[in-house]
Amino acid sequence: MTTYTDVARSGGRLWQGLSLQQKQVVWAWAFLAVPILFYGLIRFYPTVEAFVISTTKWNLMTPPVFVGLANFERLLADPVFWKVFGNTFLYLVIGTPVSLILAFVIAYHLDRVRFMHGFIRALYFLPFLTTAAAMAWVWRWFYQPVPIGLFNNLLAGLGIAQQPFLRSTTQALPAVLAPAIWAGLGFQVVIFLAGLRAIPTTYYEAARIDGLPELAILRKITLPLLKPTIIFLVVFSSIGFLRIFDQVYNMTSQTSSDPGGPLNATKPLVLMIYQTAFSSFDMGYAAAQTVVLFLVLLCISLLQLRLLRDR
Amino acid sequence: MSAIASPVSGRIEPGRILAWLLLFGGGLLMVTPLAFMFATSLKDSSEIYDLAFFPAHPTLDNYVTVLSDGRFLRWFANSFGIATAVTLSNVFFDSLVGYTLAKFQFRGRYLVFIAILSTLMIPTEMLVIPWYVMAKNFGWLDSYWGIMFPGMMTAFGTFLMKQFFETVPNDFLEAARVDGLNEFAIFWRIALPLVTPALSALAIFTFLSNWTAFIWPLIVTTSKELYTLPVGLTSYAVEAQVQWELIMTGAALATLPTLTVFLLLQRYIVRGVVLAGLKG
Repeated sequence: MTTYTDVARSGGRLWQGLSLQQKQVVWAWAFLAVPILFYGLIRFYPTVEAFVISTTKWNLMTPPVFVGLANFERLLADPVFWKVFGNTFLYLVIGTPVSLILAFVIAYHLDRVRFMHGFIRALYFLPFLTTAAAMAWVWRWFYQPVPIGLFNNLLAGLGIAQQPFLRSTTQALPAVLAPAIWAGLGFQVVIFLAGLRAIPTTYYEAARIDGLPELAILRKITLPLLKPTIIFLVVFSSIGFLRIFDQVYNMTSQTSSDPGGPLNATKPLVLMIYQTAFSSFDMGYAAAQTVVLFLVLLCISLLQLRLLRDR
Repeated sequence: MSAIASPVSGRIEPGRILAWLLLFGGGLLMVTPLAFMFATSLKDSSEIYDLAFFPAHPTLDNYVTVLSDGRFLRWFANSFGIATAVTLSNVFFDSLVGYTLAKFQFRGRYLVFIAILSTLMIPTEMLVIPWYVMAKNFGWLDSYWGIMFPGMMTAFGTFLMKQFFETVPNDFLEAARVDGLNEFAIFWRIALPLVTPALSALAIFTFLSNWTAFIWPLIVTTSKELYTLPVGLTSYAVEAQVQWELIMTGAALATLPTLTVFLLLQRYIVRGVVLAGLKG
């Protein structure tokens, strides 16, 4: 904050001698000084450090020991890591298509609705504004066995067998994923609506004059013109599902055991990183896991750039 | 608004009514978890086992219980203060950098832009370990500054603001320059007021993401007085065990502020989120 006034005042005569162009350059760097410091110290330096830590064995108490790629070798041989990697992949490949298709169907129809349009949009959008940690507890309550849980009570009312949900190794992951999809849906609907709005009406009119059926209009006009929106949402939600944490932590924590259960059935990569680093204080191993996460996210970002360029 | 894209005008068809009903029903389903949360927060403990949606004897006792020991109020204040401070910092610095990158000509501009943009590729989770080590070395662990420092500026916000400042005509700035305003005054008094929609979008997004932030506050804080609302709620819920009506009350308290603000400023917020989502 003080830099630019200091430069402006103390430089007195020197300042007067500068051309307008040179003054501009001074101002620009003065404006950028604090931010450059911030990005260097809080973004770039830690990024490099994460890679460095990933090559060490370090418990924060004793000095780090360089171990080369040993952490990555350990990762490849760790069955928990592969389980976690598979879980993370499941969150992604179930979460992204389900939420995108739901959001598109809702937005496509909502776009044609005039009666109470704003109100219905608000209903879908509200969950997006909630705190994931808080909503995880609401859903956790829904999943409880009878007589507490809403879902099991509904099933009982319909005469269907009780489901273990969060206590089952097969049902727990989708059960945790559901509130994540629920909370993100409203955002995607709103973005799809904006994308649909941006398509010029003349395209539709022309198609209708040509007598194209609705389905053909959807396939030949709406979807191709929505491609940038779709790519944005695929990448945005993929990154979100790959980084899932709040819901898992809050829905599967037990007083007796670490979150991520039962038997690691719901544990995503970020939770494994959290536990390795801040429960076991195995910093090097945790940093190696973050490098894996980085590489996965990098692939997705590069894929996005590639897809957008093909447009 | 929807008149623009409405393909069929005037006539009401049965299919459209069915679609409307399904959309409306789906919308109600979306808010059901929230409705149950609020309804249960108004029930007393004997009532939570019967699944009647409406409490037979609505009571605010749970709110009194949850708020009485002062912890929730503290967490509430922490979250509010932190989210506000981080939002102000982002609004100021992200626009300053965005403005500089959009409106100044100097060598290195493109490099700075690419460098800042490239930080978008780095997931927060990769940085938490180095941040933790850094906070430990500087004595920032378990402090407000420790919670706030990683988010004081964002590449996302900078990019968003740069996009908007590019639409500000240079003539405006030149005119101010001729009038003898210094460059900071031009930014502050001329350029900034021209991009208020972007500023509010950035403010909404930053506030919301800090209000709901979980993993970093969870890592960096250990004393309960410094918890943010989501972290506090987690510790409270674990403690309350099976007292679901109290957990629902806590969850309702965490959710109420954002929902209230949304209901008051709905249009503004939806537009802001779309702006931030599409331009950012």
